[in-house]
Amino acid sequence: MALIGFVCAVVATPSLTMWPFVVQLLVLAVVAGLARLHPGRLLRGLAIEVPFVAFAFAMPFLATGDRITVAGLSVSVAGLWGAGTLLAKSTLGVLAALILAATTQRAEFVAGMQRLRLPSVLVEILSFMVRYLDVIAEQWHRMAIARTSRGFQARNPTSWSALSGAVGTGFIRAFERGERVHLAMLARGYSGALPEAIGAARAARPVEWGWAVLLVATSLTITSLSWGLA
Amino acid sequence: MTPVLAVRGLAYAYPDGRQALFGANLSIQRGERVALLGPNGAGKTTLALHLNGILTPGAGSVSVSGLPVTKPNLAEIRRRVGLVFQDPDDQLFLPTVAQDVAFGPANLGLRGAELEQRVQEALLAVGLPELRDRAPHHLSFGQRRRVALATVLAMRPEILVLDEPTSNLDPASRRELAEVLESLDVTVLMVTHDLPYALQLCPRSVILSDGVIVADGPTGELLADAELLAAHRLELPYGFSVV
Ligand SMILES: Nc1ncnc2c1ncn2[C@@H]1O[C@H](COP(=O)(O)OP(=O)(O)O)[C@@H](O)[C@H]1O
Ligand SMILES: [Mg+2]
Repeated sequence: MALIGFVCAVVATPSLTMWPFVVQLLVLAVVAGLARLHPGRLLRGLAIEVPFVAFAFAMPFLATGDRITVAGLSVSVAGLWGAGTLLAKSTLGVLAALILAATTQRAEFVAGMQRLRLPSVLVEILSFMVRYLDVIAEQWHRMAIARTSRGFQARNPTSWSALSGAVGTGFIRAFERGERVHLAMLARGYSGALPEAIGAARAARPVEWGWAVLLVATSLTITSLSWGLA
Repeated sequence: MTPVLAVRGLAYAYPDGRQALFGANLSIQRGERVALLGPNGAGKTTLALHLNGILTPGAGSVSVSGLPVTKPNLAEIRRRVGLVFQDPDDQLFLPTVAQDVAFGPANLGLRGAELEQRVQEALLAVGLPELRDRAPHHLSFGQRRRVALATVLAMRPEILVLDEPTSNLDPASRRELAEVLESLDVTVLMVTHDLPYALQLCPRSVILSDGVIVADGPTGELLADAELLAAHRLELPYGFSVV
């Protein structure tokens, strides 16, 4: 649940300054430290961000046309700054999701988000991200093994074009996966919102709420500070 | 008697212009188990996606127990037609098996004890009631395939459509799946190029080739016709023969 707060705070951060992102990164680092997560694990997780973001974005686009405005929230500023901050935001979001995925039961995660009455699109994107983390990471890993088996080494600049091709392919596969998942959902009568009835899980303990509130409060403070100074 | 599935003159071209179906006809009666055979690229998956209205025909029509597959009927059509996708990772997207099995019936409006009953019944039907609280991505591939089947059975469909149910299964999982399918009291259309599996499970087969149905008859007879099979790039496994 803190993840949502954090992601919202990150998304709401003004796009013309860089420092709030750095501070928020530090906040996440502290949280990860407290949860005793290995930094290497998080970094490896980040490597899959590219197809991952594509996948997450595939869902709302495929669902219905008017939902695109939701994504518009994070891409409203044009130009380089827009692109740069979008990247920073998604990186922070993925990092936060990774930490969360490592510390929370996935079932509770989805149910928790729904109980907060968050927009269903946001809930779905985030829960899909959590679910398909493994599938996409594994696909990515298999592609890397297949490359290596054919003698590929990512050492010299000439290999970069092959790598960028691989990133493109990974991107397309993630998108197509999103499309097939969506079709499979339609086939079972999906009509735009996950039925709440299927997400039963335990409620958060007060201590956990405390931590969640603290994290959200911290990131919100940073955000408001940066608005004040911007 | 009204057939459970009636496909008439079905033609379809993908948005990129590639035409996959050229007027396919198929009729299936209640209680039948039919194999839809065809080589890769024949249009089998494309046909399956028309049966519950995921794709809309360019020409021709599909109806299920007399109800035409059209936009206003889609909710009811998707209850009647249970489509099991080829890759269980496309089908299973929720954090636990039980939640995933509940997804379909919950979309139909079931809640509480009734919903729970459906989940239990479907998991029992595939022989995996003990997996209900596990995460789908931690299961073996064979288990995931059967859970994917359960997610569709939970909607109590009138006809079950399985797209390549044996792909990537080891021999034991293949046999377990066959046992489950044999135990079900439901009309089945099984899309496959696994000919022995079709022979084992489906008394009747149709062959789809280049977007049209080119043969329809008892599975044993079709598989014994070497010329017919060769003409449509279908082959029995090495050492296998039908007598
Ligand atoms: N999304 C798509 N866009 C364009 N062409 C497609 C698409 N999906 C399948 N096709 C083409 O349609 C034909 C039939 O495909 P498909 O129904 O998947 O065959 P099968 O399931 O029998 O192997 C193939 O030639 C395939 O290349
Ligand atoms: Mg296919």
